[in-house]
Amino acid sequence: MSNIITKFKDGLKKTRNNFANKIDDLFSRHLKIDDELYEELEEILIGADIGIEATLEIIDMLQVEIKKEKIQDVNKVKPLLKKILVEEIKFEENFYEDNKSIILIVGVNGVGKTTTIGKLSKIFKEENKTVLVAAGDTFRAAAIEQLEKWCQRADVELISNKEGSDPSSVIYDGINASKARDTDILICDTAGRLHNKKNLMKELNKISRVIDKEYPEAKKLVYLVIDANTGQNGIVQAEYFKEVTNIDGIILTKLDGTSKGGIIIPIQKKLKVPVVYVGLGEAIDDLQKFDAEKFVNSILNY
Amino acid sequence: MIFESLSNKLQEALSKLTKKGKLTEKDIDTILREIKLSLLEADVNFKVVKKFVKNIKEQAIGEEIFESLTPGQQVIKIVNDEMVNLLGEKTEDIKINQNNITTIMMCGLQGAGKTTTTAKIGKKYKSKNQNPLFVACDVYRPAAVKQLQVLGKQTDIDVFAGEEGESPLKIAKNALNYAKKNGKDLLLFDTAGRLHIDEKMMKELEDIKDIIEPDEILLVLDSMTGQEAVNIAQEFDRDLDISGIILTKIDGDARGGAALSISSIIGKPIKFVTTGEKLDDLEIFHPDRMASRILGKGDVLSLIEKAQSSFDEKKAKELEKKLMKNQFTFDDFLDQMEQMQNLGPLDQILEMMPGANSKKLKNIKIDEKEITHVKAIIQSMTKEERVKPDIINGSRRKRIAAGSGTSIQKVNRLLKQYKEMKKMMKNMNKMGNMMSGKKGLKLPF
Repeated sequence: MSNIITKFKDGLKKTRNNFANKIDDLFSRHLKIDDELYEELEEILIGADIGIEATLEIIDMLQVEIKKEKIQDVNKVKPLLKKILVEEIKFEENFYEDNKSIILIVGVNGVGKTTTIGKLSKIFKEENKTVLVAAGDTFRAAAIEQLEKWCQRADVELISNKEGSDPSSVIYDGINASKARDTDILICDTAGRLHNKKNLMKELNKISRVIDKEYPEAKKLVYLVIDANTGQNGIVQAEYFKEVTNIDGIILTKLDGTSKGGIIIPIQKKLKVPVVYVGLGEAIDDLQKFDAEKFVNSILNY
Repeated sequence: MIFESLSNKLQEALSKLTKKGKLTEKDIDTILREIKLSLLEADVNFKVVKKFVKNIKEQAIGEEIFESLTPGQQVIKIVNDEMVNLLGEKTEDIKINQNNITTIMMCGLQGAGKTTTTAKIGKKYKSKNQNPLFVACDVYRPAAVKQLQVLGKQTDIDVFAGEEGESPLKIAKNALNYAKKNGKDLLLFDTAGRLHIDEKMMKELEDIKDIIEPDEILLVLDSMTGQEAVNIAQEFDRDLDISGIILTKIDGDARGGAALSISSIIGKPIKFVTTGEKLDDLEIFHPDRMASRILGKGDVLSLIEKAQSSFDEKKAKELEKKLMKNQFTFDDFLDQMEQMQNLGPLDQILEMMPGANSKKLKNIKIDEKEITHVKAIIQSMTKEERVKPDIINGSRRKRIAAGSGTSIQKVNRLLKQYKEMKKMMKNMNKMGNMMSGKKGLKLPF
């Protein structure tokens, strides 16, 4: 993951504004470990969308460790911070798609669901799996065409119906086609929906039930896509989606030079749902399996 | 709705103030800490929060509120003023060139909602007798052009799209010529989503800007954006000198931090907010009203405007007459209900009422189904029954209940409500002319 981020940095402005630079700057300016240092660190963490609760917890842990290890050298704080962040982000349970899986992609509008499906298809294809995609976003103008183009790029087949048709029926068709062709993985797109819209969430619940009923032999995985620029609202998004359909994993998109994706820390903590993939850009191979250690290394410039 | 959670927290903190007769500096500090935390939780940029809290403290002490008899009220007033400051002080619409072509360039990150918002703005100004043209400059995202074309069809607005492989610059240039020849007077340029730190892509926007010399450059920003919102706005402003911001998806429950942060930092106004998936869901942003909504004072002005735009004035006049003469029938009842529903979901309307945006409201569930039932019952009545409800006897009631798929009890209840309403109207008419218009309406703050 770190080399991909470096790849990204090439085209981007050298900004002093990113997380790693701020942390480095902080530890180079302060000679002592004191309240001022903690306060500034607190600001940097909050500035990364980690949220107050998780930030205060991280600072607490840091202070306890520093006391315990009797650390006085400022230079030793960063490795400690890294260790704590990895522990915070790491998720023990590590599961992935089986050979017979159905993946439902959900999320609010504009997070990058369709793009992510193109990239996911590519990953599975490279693992020599057969992939089928169902165009469940029948609402947004030209969403089906957009998905069509991504499927062409990834060289996978798309099952679709007209704009405005019932999304559940498209998923149903997808399941039947999957069964008939004995495909390994069926990926289902859904329309973006704000989590506080009851009817749209009901529709999602219906789709989820159709899958349970029609395709019980497949491993069902629901992935919630979250934009890495999202603020504290990300937690609420995850909570609401989890209410209507179980969430098995999070895909964090648009994680590039500036956004830090700090929101995943409180989300993982509160909902106990792991991040499974991260999206790093617009090219088809810019999606990676998530690894906590590599993630922390890249945001801290290690 | 946006700001709900921030609003609840702030109101809770501030309500402690109003209960106190006298305030000490320590009281202020405690409150300010609570305000600080709720702002941070709401994704307000931490630099903005720091300044906000400092300003309030200075003013609070400067105004010698400790001596005042209503110190709590005064602090609330200071918070309110500072909030309006943060949100931008005045309402600003788009500048329309009366005798010339108006050009608007839309820009922003991927997924912010540029294309949909472009369509919404086009629709709004088309209804104001402009002749808009959409220009599809997003040649990168798959099917982006198609999306704009579909939206063009829905809004009945022409779309100018380039040939396959043409650059956005060329498309923009050709669109200007096309507009001149075809009498288009409002051009909306939809550009591709891009990262604010992507030098190459930002340069492209600068080049497009040089060609079209836009009257407005609008940054479209997702209201759910976290701390990065300020940097995004700053970078776009630095490179393009934007003229305003459009906040999208505010019908979600975003905490609204972006709204509270960017305007004050880059000094550019938020011009519009988008409030839903329908193409009419675009509203002019009113900082002062938003501030009072956040502090729980409601937004009566927006409510009145909303009512004015969705109520049919002629029908309202007719109704007024009927009410005066006490000739209110079930047909009118049905009409009223439909107009209410045109206003939007009831809970959204309630949010604009003073004092409504508090925790209490959460427990009130508005059953839109109930309204559907009532409508079905009225629709199952004959024309005669609607005008002369007195003729509705037992067997008619049975028929209406069956026809509407409800129960006799429900039909009875509605008939009773109707009678009571009529009685009330009668009393109201006696009391004098209550319908004398909006002039008499006094705002509660």
